[in-house]
Amino acid sequence: MVKVLLWGSLADLVGGEREVAVEAATLRELLDRLGEQFPGLRPELERGVSVSIDGRIYNDSWFTPIGPESEVVLLKRLQGG
Amino acid sequence: MALDDSRKTRQFRIVGTRPDRPDGIDKVTGRARFGADMVAPGMLTGRILRSPHAHARIRRIDTSKAEALAGVKAVVTRADFGDVPDHVADIMENCLAGEKALYDGHAVAAVAAISPAVARQALRLIEVDYEVLPHVTDVDEAMKPDAPVLHEGRQQETVPAGMSGNVISRVEFGHGDIEAGLAKADRVVERTYRTAAVHQGYIEPHACLATMTADGQGDLWVCTQGHYMVRNTCAAILGLDQGQLRVTASEIGGGFGGKTTLFLEPVALMLSKKSGRPIKMVMSRSEVFRASGPTASSSIDVRIGMTREGRITAGFAELRFQGGAWPGAPVGVGAMSGFASYDLENVKTVGWDVVTNRPKAAAYRAPGAPMATFAIESAIDELARGFGLDPLEVRLMNGADEGTKSSYGPTYPAIGLKATLEAAKAHPHWTAPLGKNQGRGVACGFWFNFGGDTSVSLSISPDGTVTLTEGNPDIGGSRAAMTMIAAEELGIPYDQVRTVVADTGSLGQNEVTHGSRVTFSVGLATIKAAEAAKKEMCRRAAMVWGIDEDAVEWEDGAARPAGPNAGKFPPMTLKEIAAIASKTGGPIAGHHEVMAEGAGVSFATHMVDVEVDPETGATKILRYTVFQDAGKAVHPSYVEGQFQGGAVQGIGWALNEEYIYGKDGLLQNAGFLDYRIPVASDLPMIDTVILEIPNPGHPYGVRGVGETSIVPPLAAIANAVSAATGVRMTQLPMSPPRVLAAIQTGG
Repeated sequence: MVKVLLWGSLADLVGGEREVAVEAATLRELLDRLGEQFPGLRPELERGVSVSIDGRIYNDSWFTPIGPESEVVLLKRLQGG
Repeated sequence: MALDDSRKTRQFRIVGTRPDRPDGIDKVTGRARFGADMVAPGMLTGRILRSPHAHARIRRIDTSKAEALAGVKAVVTRADFGDVPDHVADIMENCLAGEKALYDGHAVAAVAAISPAVARQALRLIEVDYEVLPHVTDVDEAMKPDAPVLHEGRQQETVPAGMSGNVISRVEFGHGDIEAGLAKADRVVERTYRTAAVHQGYIEPHACLATMTADGQGDLWVCTQGHYMVRNTCAAILGLDQGQLRVTASEIGGGFGGKTTLFLEPVALMLSKKSGRPIKMVMSRSEVFRASGPTASSSIDVRIGMTREGRITAGFAELRFQGGAWPGAPVGVGAMSGFASYDLENVKTVGWDVVTNRPKAAAYRAPGAPMATFAIESAIDELARGFGLDPLEVRLMNGADEGTKSSYGPTYPAIGLKATLEAAKAHPHWTAPLGKNQGRGVACGFWFNFGGDTSVSLSISPDGTVTLTEGNPDIGGSRAAMTMIAAEELGIPYDQVRTVVADTGSLGQNEVTHGSRVTFSVGLATIKAAEAAKKEMCRRAAMVWGIDEDAVEWEDGAARPAGPNAGKFPPMTLKEIAAIASKTGGPIAGHHEVMAEGAGVSFATHMVDVEVDPETGATKILRYTVFQDAGKAVHPSYVEGQFQGGAVQGIGWALNEEYIYGKDGLLQNAGFLDYRIPVASDLPMIDTVILEIPNPGHPYGVRGVGETSIVPPLAAIANAVSAATGVRMTQLPMSPPRVLAAIQTGG
């Protein structure tokens, strides 16, 4: 299981938990499982998110591996200028 | 790529030097072709009719008189486009209003005519029947329950019930217990800060030349930060196949984030489709101000607690950003970045995205971060000075480092914040004496940086010179940097490589030039493309020598036999291999396509001295020094230029720039005479100190550098003005009347 840290306003949509756990070995699996197990997250996931895995931020690389001990943090989709 | 790639010591031959810029001659001789420089046979002039109201329902548009005018070849309104996909609906509505005009200057119709004079006359003949509606342009006013509401049904699930429909979304970041942390503080600063909307201030207005044929093929020449984005968005709006629309990016006279979206291009294509002629559209300066850019304005509440020794016990900020008439103010990123420079046990930020009757905010250099940082760094400075502590020591005491759990969640890898603080502390600027009415301020800043889709192609010509083809408009020296990287990897001189920015038909998808991504991402792809070309050249040499290709290596610009059984052959240079390429298998090239990930965050510390005239409130910048982590500076002159440019734009934001709206909701200062950006005579030379703490995600250690430099100046200057006047400044811009009023009233 991978532990995923959510930002605060998303916690309200998953029953108040700031950290949830899903079975995932890749970024794609992580996003799929989050949407399946926590329907409240789907609108934000559909709008697009960034994900920090062990301190590196990823946007769309589905097959990025995630280890069971990885630090995974869901982030607002990054926008630059 | 292994995380520790960049920690290997590498001696560079070209990277880190300062060769001449490849676009320099064209730019200083006026030969460079910008957006408005392109012409086409039979070209028509396109012009936009804009709303004179801040908020109005469009009951009817009658274009018949304009269409009947001699010389008018086409008129378009929103109705010509029909339904468009959801993901481009807001962009479409911003390019041409549908049911409502949502801000002063919102486009409502467009004409194509044989001359600018006829086009202007045609605009006057278009009759628009408006039902004027109540408007709101201030973020705090827009959040009130009785505020005029711009849109129905746009509020997201994160917003508590009962709030104004103008409040689109809420975000929250952080960890720990704020109240418990504040209770441990010896002093808590609690203030509200405000920043004005400012424009990116690029000198070149938006411009394009569009051709659209009856068979669905289109060509666009456009000034943009991302021509692939232009292609994909226009194709979606117009129902075209992306492959049928070829977009070429012109030289760009500044973008700073403001050219990462569309304003004219779909309209120009539709005018071309209806008229059968090429259409050229160029915004006036007034149109640039009224209808493009700007960034969000903000209202921010901060509570920060500190012990008398300088340890921050808790930090809280609530950020309210108005991003104009559609959702998308950069408050989420602002909330993530505001406290990112610090290692805090208790930290929380809350952000609200709010819509108002203003032009839709476009990205502006580190979107959202400068405003949040202004508020937070001001409060930290006030606490440090209140305890009589050294503000640099307080920041060092609380500063983030490798292993710090950041305020937005992730744990940092190797970062350079403390290196910038140590460099600032050791710099002679820090201890230079100050005179009467003078003050010194410091502030830290953070930006994420990112990667994205990237394609490059590297071609070896028969004479051994090299062309590198990339797909990102060069807004900060990327052609020089890519040329250097290609030459470094191939082992050939800088002047043997030319880098060109190709049209959308020449390469795979490329993400927009934004997020300080290009030197990182395109550089990464260039290294890989060069490796592919070198591998092929080694193979060709192996064929000539009759040995196994694995027994050949590339070193100093030549293939060489390597290993005990390779035999003894003189090295074959790149030129020699290129000259016989037709005889050894054909042309040689390398290419690479990647979704670049692994961009490294970057930090900066800024130091500024000001003098405030107590009789007028006018502030003069006396001295300014930027300390920033670049990871690895590929071309240090460009890196210094980015540091200086960010500082200068920050000076404008801090001291004078602001969108001023009247009670009628109309913009009152849509021109450079009334909207004051810094000019050379306002500025000292901006000194720079480049720190190089390698990004573990890049083979050279490169981090983005373009955006971080605009994050600290607002706070650094506010801290300096506050020190000079003895009055804490909490609202930007710190224009002379505002500073004078603060001095006279004591804040």
